[in-house]
Amino acid sequence: MMASLSTEGLVAAAVLTPFVGALLIPLFRSSPNLRETVTLVTAGTLCLVTFSLLGPVLDGARPELQILRIVPGLDLAFKVEPLGMLFALVAASLWVVNSIYSIGYMRANDEPRQTTFYVCFAIALGSTIGIAFARNLFTLFLCYEALTLSTYPLVTHKRNEEAVRAGRLYLLLLIGTSLLLLLPAIIATWAIAGTLDFTPGGILAGKAGAPVIAVLLVLYVFGIGKAAVMPLHFWLPAAMVAPTPVSALLHAVAVVKAGVFTVVKVAVFVFGVDNLAALGQSAWLTAVAGTTVIVASIVALRQDNLKRRLAYSTVSQLSYVVLGVAILAPISLTGAAMHIAAHAFSKITLFFAAGSIYTAAHLSEVSQLDGIGRRMPWTMAAFTIGALGMIGIPPTAGFLGKWFILTGAMQTANWLAVSVIVASTLLNAGYFLPIVFRAFFRESPDDGHGHGPKSGEAPWPMVLALTATAAGSMFLFFFPGIPYALATLMMGR
Amino acid sequence: MNAVWPHLPAWQVVIPLLGAALVAFLRHSGAAFAVALAVSWLMPLIAGAMLWQVLATGPISYHLGSWPPPWGIEYRVDVLSGFVLVLVSAVGAVVMPFARRSVAFEVEDGQQAWFYCMYLLCLTGLLGIVITGDAFNAFVFLEVSSLSTYVLVALGRDRRALLAAFQYLILGTIGATFYIIGVGLLYLLTGSLNMVDIAARLGPEWADHSRAIVAALAFITVGVSLKLALFPLHAWLPNAYAYAPSWVTVFLSATATKVAIYLLVRYYFSIFGVAIEFRDLPETEIILVLSVAAMFVASLIAVFQTDLKRMLAYSSVAQIGYITLGIGLANQAGLTGGLVHIVNHALMKAALFLAVGAIFFRVRSVRLPDLAGIGRRMPVTMTAFTIGCLGLVGTPGTSGFISKWYLALGAFDKGWWVLVFLIVGSSLIALVYVGRVLEVVWLREPSAAIADASDPPLSMLLPLVVLAAATIYFGFDTGWTAGIADIAARDLLGGLR
Repeated sequence: MMASLSTEGLVAAAVLTPFVGALLIPLFRSSPNLRETVTLVTAGTLCLVTFSLLGPVLDGARPELQILRIVPGLDLAFKVEPLGMLFALVAASLWVVNSIYSIGYMRANDEPRQTTFYVCFAIALGSTIGIAFARNLFTLFLCYEALTLSTYPLVTHKRNEEAVRAGRLYLLLLIGTSLLLLLPAIIATWAIAGTLDFTPGGILAGKAGAPVIAVLLVLYVFGIGKAAVMPLHFWLPAAMVAPTPVSALLHAVAVVKAGVFTVVKVAVFVFGVDNLAALGQSAWLTAVAGTTVIVASIVALRQDNLKRRLAYSTVSQLSYVVLGVAILAPISLTGAAMHIAAHAFSKITLFFAAGSIYTAAHLSEVSQLDGIGRRMPWTMAAFTIGALGMIGIPPTAGFLGKWFILTGAMQTANWLAVSVIVASTLLNAGYFLPIVFRAFFRESPDDGHGHGPKSGEAPWPMVLALTATAAGSMFLFFFPGIPYALATLMMGR
Repeated sequence: MNAVWPHLPAWQVVIPLLGAALVAFLRHSGAAFAVALAVSWLMPLIAGAMLWQVLATGPISYHLGSWPPPWGIEYRVDVLSGFVLVLVSAVGAVVMPFARRSVAFEVEDGQQAWFYCMYLLCLTGLLGIVITGDAFNAFVFLEVSSLSTYVLVALGRDRRALLAAFQYLILGTIGATFYIIGVGLLYLLTGSLNMVDIAARLGPEWADHSRAIVAALAFITVGVSLKLALFPLHAWLPNAYAYAPSWVTVFLSATATKVAIYLLVRYYFSIFGVAIEFRDLPETEIILVLSVAAMFVASLIAVFQTDLKRMLAYSSVAQIGYITLGIGLANQAGLTGGLVHIVNHALMKAALFLAVGAIFFRVRSVRLPDLAGIGRRMPVTMTAFTIGCLGLVGTPGTSGFISKWYLALGAFDKGWWVLVFLIVGSSLIALVYVGRVLEVVWLREPSAAIADASDPPLSMLLPLVVLAAATIYFGFDTGWTAGIADIAARDLLGGLR
């Protein structure tokens, strides 16, 4: 049946599937098993649909879907290009794994309001696919805001004072930056370029001088709050109050990647890389991204709460992508795109591990993790692979993205970028390896706690999920064909 | 058909007037409601037919009693007035079913028939202001609508409603006086009361900004601004909205201020704009400054309200600022934004006040602390409320975004970067005041006070859902909103010097 669908139909199916799922899930609220089946079927369908788009895209097709023209300049339209394809593949395939994990986590921790949880999750994924496939800035902006709004109930899931406060910060920073900076930038782009359609080479190329471009770039980079460029990163650590599956898929993959994806997209298809390079925009962006990489790493060093440490690590890793853009060399942009995929697999593994430690042993602080590796070998092995990915050591995909970005930095003699990458690699090792060391080489404290060393791993769906993503991050190192092809095709060559 | 079709403009005003008289004789609340409902449902048909005709063949000029203008009273329907007529009558038609139970709950038994009588008079006045092409006739209708509004506000159960109505009466009367002084000046200058005729007689020879003409403009601006609650002439509005019966607030917020805005646009663009380069006058700058002040100050005040109705009332003052901002910008995109926001704001604010009315119907309170967790008790109502809130913020996918898009483009076309940021910046304050409410109604544990609250009956729920759906629908399909506003703006600007 899939084969008979046109590619245009596939685009529509990809965007709509999660929303249909979101409508169906509440119908089965009285039967959790059926409800979770709906989630799994939706995620599976989405994954299938996205993968069936891959072939045509690699063959050079760019399936389009124009839905409606709202007013001149505001078109609701989708178009699948390689970079969006890559992002959608990552999000869709990890949603399947994450759904399995969610079922284990939500049930084992006896979380309330699970129907709302799964509904919001599906809407968030639908919005993510919308961002990935958006043909123009308006469609992207629409889905971007929908993603913020649909994840708000997930961040505030616990409904206690802390969660509500975190939700406030989350909403204010994300909606605030998007309304205050991103929207004016979009309006200005429309007024200057006369179009909002993403076009290879950039729609602003040759339309405005250096000062205007610089102002717009500032508006975009900081307006895309989801990219968590410092000092607008506070929402991300705050969002860690959400249940771990949310932190794992949304705040390590979908939401934050939507941010850096948008940055890459804007740089390549709105400004045009050559245009930015010609106007000398590389230096300050490198400085901003580099500062974020380093400062966030240093802050991560000092975090004892595991999820917060991971969150700051995410802030730092996201700016790698921005750094890849800032270098403005084609190879570094390829690296940036690769890093979106690589970091997704590694970071989701780390969060899965954190959630599984919390579920099985009720531990959340790094200092409590002595000897946990012996109790939860699968979890901590996966954690180790994820940590290697963060540092960028083979055989993990994290190595590839970093390698390409570094190559680009060398080519353009951007020594600031080179030193940032080297320094941050050391810092990454500094805040991840001690955890691994604690877990495997220290004795576990005998605290007489109910969960002694005997209680082992988390429920099997969780272990299955984290093993799968860890394996995925190694798989991508040995077989980087698909992401690499998409990342090189992205530049339109 | 001949008795009906050519006389549509007259029917538009005469039917509600006769309806009011009929209700006054019937004096039975059920029958009164039936009459009001029938009239309300008939009105959009008439208005729609006229707008359709205008779009097809150009403006309609109807001579009342067959006296030709400028001697007789002319009813004149062009794209702008057709647009506002459809809005006012359609809102009346959609929200009318809500009134039955809400009014039965909030207004004393003996007064319910009079309530509907006053509503029909108010509707007569509002439609009359929009349809008439005569400056003095507009004053008469302004008074008809205002006097009936004072009564409607005073019918609120809360004793403070009386004071609010009195306050409104005083300020409304001052406004009407200023308006009529302005009209008097115009009459002295031109010897005419017909708007088209005044514009023609003012002509280009007045281009040197005669003091008299500027004085007339100033008086009319202040008079009408009092009616439309332009900051800082809004003092009457929060109390009137807060203490009037819920349904009155819905109707007023969606129609009364909008009609006053229509009148301002009419005077600026069809009368003064034809004669003088009014965009150079300080009045225009003052309007711009006051609009921005409204957007910020009123929004900030809204942040600190605990009474939901008051909060939304201040929000209305702020949102009216967006509309007048479009008028002040006076370019194609800006004016389109202002005009389209008349409709968009009317629909979303009506939805919000309906939701508040539904809450009051179930909980007997609209104070924020009493409403903790009510989202779980009244899910449909509060979902519609949330959609209205998103519209106020201007989230993409709601009609509010369309308005702001046009306004920001209008500001950008003028090269006013700062104004673009002010427009989006004020949305952020809106996010704060609606976010505060949404947090309480959705995330807090339900309190005992609302334990047995539930969604209201269908007659109340349906209008609410329709308006909330419209807020989303007009965020995507803008043919009937921005499309017509665009034509109206083109007409208005095309007539300018």
